[in-house]
Amino acid sequence: MALSLLDGNETVALGAAAAGCKFFAGYPITPATSIFNAMLNLLPQKGGVCMQGEDEIASIGYCLGASMAGVKAMTATSGPGISLYSENISFAIGSEIPIVIVDVQRLGPSTGSATRGADGDIQFLRWGSSSGLPIIVLAPVDAADCYILTKQAFNLAEQFRCPVFIASNKEIALTKESIDLNLLEKPEIIERKLFSGKPDEEFMPFAVKKSADVPEFLPIGFKGRLARQTSSTHGAKGYITIDASEIEKNQNRLQHKIEACVDAFTYFEEVNTDAADTLIICYGITARAVKAAVNILKKDNISASALILKTLWPAPEKLIKQKTEKFNKIVVIEMNKGQYVKEIERILCDKKIKFFGQMNGVLIEPEQISEVIKNG
Amino acid sequence: MDSLINKKRPPLFCPGCSHEKAVNALDKAFYNIKLSGDNIVMVSDIGCSGLFDTFFNTHAFHGLHGRALTYAAGIKMANPKLNVIVTMGDGGLGIGGAHLLEACRRNLDITLLILNNFNFGMTGGQFSSTTPADAIVSSGFLNNLEKPFDVCQTAIAAGASFTTRCSAYISDLHKKIEAAIKHKGFSIVDIWGVCPGRYTKKNILTPKIIEEKLKKLPAVEGTVSENIRKEYTAHYKEITSALKPFNMVKEIKPEFKAPEAGKHSVMILGSAGQRIITAGEILCYAGLKAGLFTTFKSDYNITVLRGHSVSEAVLSDKKIIYTGSGAPSVILALNKEGITRKKAAFKTLNKDTLIITGKDTEIPATDAKIFRVDFKKLKIKSNERALASLVVMTKHNKIISYDMLTSALKEIFNQKIFNASLELTEKIQNSDIL
Ligand code: SF4
Repeated sequence: MALSLLDGNETVALGAAAAGCKFFAGYPITPATSIFNAMLNLLPQKGGVCMQGEDEIASIGYCLGASMAGVKAMTATSGPGISLYSENISFAIGSEIPIVIVDVQRLGPSTGSATRGADGDIQFLRWGSSSGLPIIVLAPVDAADCYILTKQAFNLAEQFRCPVFIASNKEIALTKESIDLNLLEKPEIIERKLFSGKPDEEFMPFAVKKSADVPEFLPIGFKGRLARQTSSTHGAKGYITIDASEIEKNQNRLQHKIEACVDAFTYFEEVNTDAADTLIICYGITARAVKAAVNILKKDNISASALILKTLWPAPEKLIKQKTEKFNKIVVIEMNKGQYVKEIERILCDKKIKFFGQMNGVLIEPEQISEVIKNG
Repeated sequence: MDSLINKKRPPLFCPGCSHEKAVNALDKAFYNIKLSGDNIVMVSDIGCSGLFDTFFNTHAFHGLHGRALTYAAGIKMANPKLNVIVTMGDGGLGIGGAHLLEACRRNLDITLLILNNFNFGMTGGQFSSTTPADAIVSSGFLNNLEKPFDVCQTAIAAGASFTTRCSAYISDLHKKIEAAIKHKGFSIVDIWGVCPGRYTKKNILTPKIIEEKLKKLPAVEGTVSENIRKEYTAHYKEITSALKPFNMVKEIKPEFKAPEAGKHSVMILGSAGQRIITAGEILCYAGLKAGLFTTFKSDYNITVLRGHSVSEAVLSDKKIIYTGSGAPSVILALNKEGITRKKAAFKTLNKDTLIITGKDTEIPATDAKIFRVDFKKLKIKSNERALASLVVMTKHNKIISYDMLTSALKEIFNQKIFNASLELTEKIQNSDIL
């Protein structure tokens, strides 16, 4: 055993470096700043680049430019910065630019409280861009998850060529904890699929091969072949199109390429799977209070199970349906006023869903959760 | 080498639009410098100038309005060998103002061509940041209230190392562009032209008038000698190649046995400058030295040199599930500001909690066990009280042992600070305060 004392922001940075991230740009914002600090210690020493943007828009802009030049890029911010990222997030969705975006959530709305935690951005991350086309959101529970899921986030961004978010929380990001990095699961690194056409074949930046949903990539600056990127509605060659059927086909593909594959990246954890009465659904830092609550309830001879979701978007419908099947009571606990519960209600429309939420900058305590369960 | 103009996609500007002149001049410049298309990326903004990338057989990046310089910076940093050309109108200039200033300050080797036609062509002729106050535009009277800004003067003030402004109609426009591309650093060509589609419908502006207007402005002729300095990518490389690798991960192998079993939390309450956060970390490392699991949070004022400072650490022989601290086993109550911050916690304590505090420190009424230390008599300074109190904890056999503590100090501090801190811990260890 060899323990280290690291917080979630540090393990996000270590996970990113391990995934092969070579470019980071960010604008300082509590509680995300220490990711920038860590990347500044990790990347430039090894030939990578870490930059401080003049604002959040610039920071994500640098990342999109770097990503299209072929390097793995990441940025990190908090809710106020995600708002400013929004237009560039839409760009990355529509123009299929791989990027990992860490949202270290803090209490909102607006400036809110810089040093208080919340999970108030969960729907915002899903819907905070124009078009409503899907993105991927992973939610860590602790510093270990921050490492593993950030690595996975890079794999997913490269594979699906889309923005992948880490929905962290001040309470994970700035809480140092003992962690044995050697014991962590180390996912294999997946790289962007490069153009595999024959020498005489034209490279079309948004063309997809039969049975594939994601276009093959060539970086801007590639020798011998030209690459194009555009934020405009485009056809396979990367030029503006007004052909409705071509547009329709592309929009469907952007939706399908991610949503059809969610089973392959549905990360979750189960607690006390034997219980047959109540299932608590949760994610993020709150999952830790839920785990403690399940133990408290056990002492009172009340059995409750928990399903901890680590893939939030696209919603892992199959998993949620399957894992809730045998339960009569479903309780959703969130560090907000009720966001992901809306998705659970949609998926489990035939079940009654109970909700408990708190968004006052203070962690939900295990005792609050056990009370909610006890009161049926 | 041939022209890089994309014959399949000829320019589609309004007849008489000055942008076409810039397209041809840019192509001529590429030709003269003998740049091949795969050595160039055209980064275009939004508006009529945003069409530029489609007219050339080069790499292309067409992004969001006003943000072209940000993508260009990312591309250049990722691939410093590429020739990065940005085209932007006076619209992009205004909305992306912060990016322009930053590009000037940074001095990345990027060339910015500003297609300056004094209004928003594509959206219907509204005023931009360069529209004259007396022009008639589709923003009603609003431009009458604002002063247009001089791009080159602004850029020079912000640190641009190459700026030039000229009319789109001069015969040697390509030479101006060529010089800008050849410049090692950030270069700007502010190209003044006519937008017949919108602007000259209600305003009179001809190549001749443009020439006259330009003559009245202070001369800017390329290289800005006072701003000449290292190019950013080269400078970045120079600095970073000298950096030593940084080890973020300190792995601790357990060497000791903790004096107590179970899960314990410790609150350290003080004020800025009392080394409260450091004490919290020392405590955690002491725990790691005995293979304990630990979590650590801190809370301090946003103005870091003033106000409360609070550390909360949990040490446990089992994995810590919930990171909230619950009722503390030990409170080190060192200063009024920290104590006030956690005042509410004192009410609910019972004798299972040990409070270690100074003889001179006031604490709220509580049922907890209180142990007072006469720090003044021991000649312990305010910023030494936190570490001293950790030693007092070990004397009570609470959570950590003296060996755990000193080996944690050795782990965290350099030799000099370690020696100084050891002097302090030994002073308490050898005292008869118990
Ligand atoms: S609107 Fe103005 S800038 Fe745009 S193409 Fe027409 S003349 Fe040129």
